[in-house]
Amino acid sequence: MPIIEVRSEITGNVWKIVAAVGDRVEEEAAIVILESMKMEIPVTAPESGVITEICVTEGSTCSEGAVVARLQV
Amino acid sequence: MIRRLLVANRGEIACRVMRSARLLGMSTVAVHSEVDATALHVALADQAVAIGAAPATESYLVAARVLAAAVDSGADAVHPGYGFLAENAAFARAVEAAGLRWVGPTPKSIDDMGDKARARIIARAAGVPVLPGSDRFSPADPAVTSATIEAAAAATGFPLLVKAAAGGGGIGMRRVDDPAGLAAAIESTQTMAARAFGDGTVYLERFVPKARHVEVQVFGFGDGRAVHLYERDCSIQRRFQKVIEESPAPGLAQATRTAMCEAATALAREQAYRGAGTVEFVVDADSGEFFFLEMNTRIQVEHPVTEMRTGVDLVAWQLLLAGGDPLPVAGQDDVRAQGHAIEARLYAERPAKGFLPSTGTLSVFELPATGAALLDGLPDGLRIDAGVRAGDTISHWYDPMIAKVIAHGATRDAAIDRLRAALAAIRIEGVETNLVFLQRTLDHPAFRGGDVFTGFIDAHKAVLLAR
Repeated sequence: MPIIEVRSEITGNVWKIVAAVGDRVEEEAAIVILESMKMEIPVTAPESGVITEICVTEGSTCSEGAVVARLQV
Repeated sequence: MIRRLLVANRGEIACRVMRSARLLGMSTVAVHSEVDATALHVALADQAVAIGAAPATESYLVAARVLAAAVDSGADAVHPGYGFLAENAAFARAVEAAGLRWVGPTPKSIDDMGDKARARIIARAAGVPVLPGSDRFSPADPAVTSATIEAAAAATGFPLLVKAAAGGGGIGMRRVDDPAGLAAAIESTQTMAARAFGDGTVYLERFVPKARHVEVQVFGFGDGRAVHLYERDCSIQRRFQKVIEESPAPGLAQATRTAMCEAATALAREQAYRGAGTVEFVVDADSGEFFFLEMNTRIQVEHPVTEMRTGVDLVAWQLLLAGGDPLPVAGQDDVRAQGHAIEARLYAERPAKGFLPSTGTLSVFELPATGAALLDGLPDGLRIDAGVRAGDTISHWYDPMIAKVIAHGATRDAAIDRLRAALAAIRIEGVETNLVFLQRTLDHPAFRGGDVFTGFIDAHKAVLLAR
């Protein structure tokens, strides 16, 4: 079972982590919600899978391209 | 007369307010967060006060720090710009309680218009049309008969929406186009609402299938007198934010235009409104009917459209009124508009990626030449209100808007052509922007033909967002 990286497409502040390690998420489901330029922007699962790691903490800054979570697909 | 003005904002609006303040002989005080210490608005001010960390909730939104900065710097007035604390009635009260002048409407107006239900009641009392709707009714109420529902539907008008009172965000509504479909839609909405929200209460509201967003700029003298400065069409929107604004509103009947301006002025008079405000309407693009949406009790982002068309410096009017100085206007006859003005908002964003924001450092930021002064070159002028310069960083902490480009021309086509040429001459590197998207919008035959509505970008996305 391969593990893929879920990366952020934008730079923002981690506002909410909405999924946890062990959760099964469907493709397009939000894992983390970032706050950037007054907008709430979800980082979503590129495919369905099970979350093996959340790599950010609420309140921290997340750069464009940074790994937000890892997913077993 | 205001002598020293604290501008409680950042970016282009802080820079723009300072320009008018300086023209009136005032000294200016900027406030800034840690990441904004070298920002353009700080460089333009006579003095600057650091008010906290990068998140707005720890700096620009902390009323006590902004007020302390004003008092400590010896300012005798506070201009809030738009956003941040501009529509915070408690902050306005605190400024006035500290003995400073608040450059904005009374805290009561901010409160009244901020409460959407109260605003509707006041608008109706002023004779302003509001979106027709029914009272709430419940399936369990024995007083509700098919006759009362039919009467409510007839009063609301078709097409209408049956909406679940407990719903929201587009969930729990049914569209009904004629009386024949009414009973079934009400029954299914009630059933669905009872199941989804535990509450089957519903109400009826007029549905505007093809809506335009048109607003009227007003200015109240604070004594019951008020003038309007004509309308702006702001129908081109993405993520519920405006992208292009223009005046006059294309293709709107003169009678509609006049009625909207008069209704907006009546709402300002009703409150003895003080200063600049904007009354927003939804316009049915097919029927031309208009309905009150809300009133914004601040200077708007798009106010330069009105300034370019009327030659009025709205911020100067705000500052003169707040300082107790005579205004260069006595009544409606003193307000004249000419030609056409149009504004495009330049955002740091990626249109093809759902308008996601883009951050980075502006390694290149070159703008075409404009008149030296705010309202220079009218008519047929070009104006650019920017909040950044080359070398600045666009961070994720604040709004993605980096500049506004505003053009005036004798006709709509002339104004669009001038704006189009100005956008083509802008060079930006270091962040992605909506520059190409803006030019495609201006070039689109439907836009050129004046067929603007709030669903415009979505309807034409194949062309506007092509890679």
